[in-house]
Amino acid sequence: MSTAIQSGVAEGSNEQAAAAPRPPVIELQNLCVRFGKREILNNLACTLGGRAIGLLGPNGAGKSTLINTLLGFYKPCSGSARVLGYDIRSETRRIRSLVGYMPENDAFISKMSAVSYVQMMAELSGLPPAAALERAHEALFCVGLAEARYRELGTYSLGMKQLAKLAQAIAHGPKLLILDEPTNGLDPSARQRMTRMIRDIRDSRQLQIVLCSHLLRDVEDTCEEVLILKQGRIAHYSNLEEERKANKRFLELETYDTNSDFIEAIEKLGCECAVTANRVKMILVDGVEIRDIYRLAAEREVRIRRLNFRRDTLEDIFLKAMES
Amino acid sequence: MAVYRRTYTSYAGTLTPGWSRCLVLFRYSRRNLFRSKLQTTLFVLCFFYPLLCLMGIYLAHNLSFLERFGAASQIGRIDSRFFFVFISVQGTLAFVLTAFAGPGLISPDIANGALPLYFCRPFSRAEYVLGKASVLAILLSQITWIPGLVLFGVQSSLAGAAWTSDHLWIAGSIVLSSLIWISILSLLAMALSAWVKWKVVAGALLLAVMFFGAGFGQAINAVMRTHAGYFFDITYLMTTVWTSLFRMDNERFITSGEAWIALLAYCGMCLALLVRKVRAYEVIG
Repeated sequence: MSTAIQSGVAEGSNEQAAAAPRPPVIELQNLCVRFGKREILNNLACTLGGRAIGLLGPNGAGKSTLINTLLGFYKPCSGSARVLGYDIRSETRRIRSLVGYMPENDAFISKMSAVSYVQMMAELSGLPPAAALERAHEALFCVGLAEARYRELGTYSLGMKQLAKLAQAIAHGPKLLILDEPTNGLDPSARQRMTRMIRDIRDSRQLQIVLCSHLLRDVEDTCEEVLILKQGRIAHYSNLEEERKANKRFLELETYDTNSDFIEAIEKLGCECAVTANRVKMILVDGVEIRDIYRLAAEREVRIRRLNFRRDTLEDIFLKAMES
Repeated sequence: MAVYRRTYTSYAGTLTPGWSRCLVLFRYSRRNLFRSKLQTTLFVLCFFYPLLCLMGIYLAHNLSFLERFGAASQIGRIDSRFFFVFISVQGTLAFVLTAFAGPGLISPDIANGALPLYFCRPFSRAEYVLGKASVLAILLSQITWIPGLVLFGVQSSLAGAAWTSDHLWIAGSIVLSSLIWISILSLLAMALSAWVKWKVVAGALLLAVMFFGAGFGQAINAVMRTHAGYFFDITYLMTTVWTSLFRMDNERFITSGEAWIALLAYCGMCLALLVRKVRAYEVIG
């Protein structure tokens, strides 16, 4: 089997593909989705192009609805979106031929062995039967179900069903892999295995990943970009990879008492601050040193309990986005 | 310890044409269907009556053989009535076969949430319905119009060109009457299969639609002193259409035109039910 990036679905040679600028994975242009009178997605607009994109948000934020809309399952009431450069309204079939989708809920055919199931799904994606069978075996090997691949899916444990769903999503060699809550219902070790596998797939650099989850750890472990949704709106966008690379100086201060004067004085120095209870997180800008912070604290009689360098975790970003 | 690790690789081979995808579904569904021994036995039993008819045709053209046993008068003529009875018997068997095979077509996919997996691929809802319907359509064709045409062919070859040219319309009637019955049964079975998650209940519901529909129709006729109740009786409607197609002079309480319209309306209703239910995710407004 070739290791070239070209998918059988895509037209044109590898050279052409390499020469052409790669379109963003997802482009949302004021996308709105409504179910009856309820507005589920409200005016979403952004461009996402990373290798692994995380969709975060509390339950009911609209993550799955966004994915289902991108796949053409729901029609947007206004606005539009593009997946890999193709319009979701007019080029749904094209998008679906480039995408591998792992749904959130149980999705299998109980009276079928895993290998037949994955083979059938690959055939439905357009692979000839012989190639589909070969790819089904490889996909099941890849996800770690090689030993159990002739067993009926109905006899699988929840973790194995999740892996079988992942296998059917990658069997046809998609360009974009959409994973909706892939670690749902998995025990810690199975969850670790699943995230490791997603990272491996991401690192193969042969496809891009959109991972939808409400579990921050999963997203943090696997994604480079994060889009946080809240009540159908974009609450925050963060490029984790760039933030990790950026030469920002994150500082966390813990004081015995809060003093708004002190915070204002820090902000006047040009430092961005986030305050939670007696904790102040700040980014030191160029020209500002720690001694300046100590000086401001002494002037305002603020007693510093602890001071350490750190950067925002995804949890901090998420909590901030939820509070905003 | 694993001796080596397999990693993800993309696919760079050829793809099948888009129109052939529903055949994939047909192939897998049919294979699944014949995993049941009961289903296979039932399917084989459906060929006994055509074999009996074949013998009947042969004997009707070899009366000297029957005269030796003094049974020549017991063999009837091979005419439109013969084929009408054939289609009626095979139609009944087709219904029984559908009651077993039909409910298992869509309901397991809905019960196991498999529909998003089909529709996230370059595979439409219409192709899905077509793929599933083709399983029943081909299965029922194998026991209705295909053996019907074989019998007609045998009769034509034994009776000669004059009989064939005079009765060529019977071949058309065999095909048309079978196709309308197959369409009704397939759509009804799939619509019920899509709306009822449990296979057994869907099968029972199919029987109920046929038998209770007939009972309900009779009740309406009796209470309201009308013939409108026959519109609820699919078998009566179908027999009316067959009667006209085979040019029988049986008395019917509704015209064949009305029966055709009613049957097409039932097909439309089943399609609407399928369109409503066969989708990746249901939207609750």
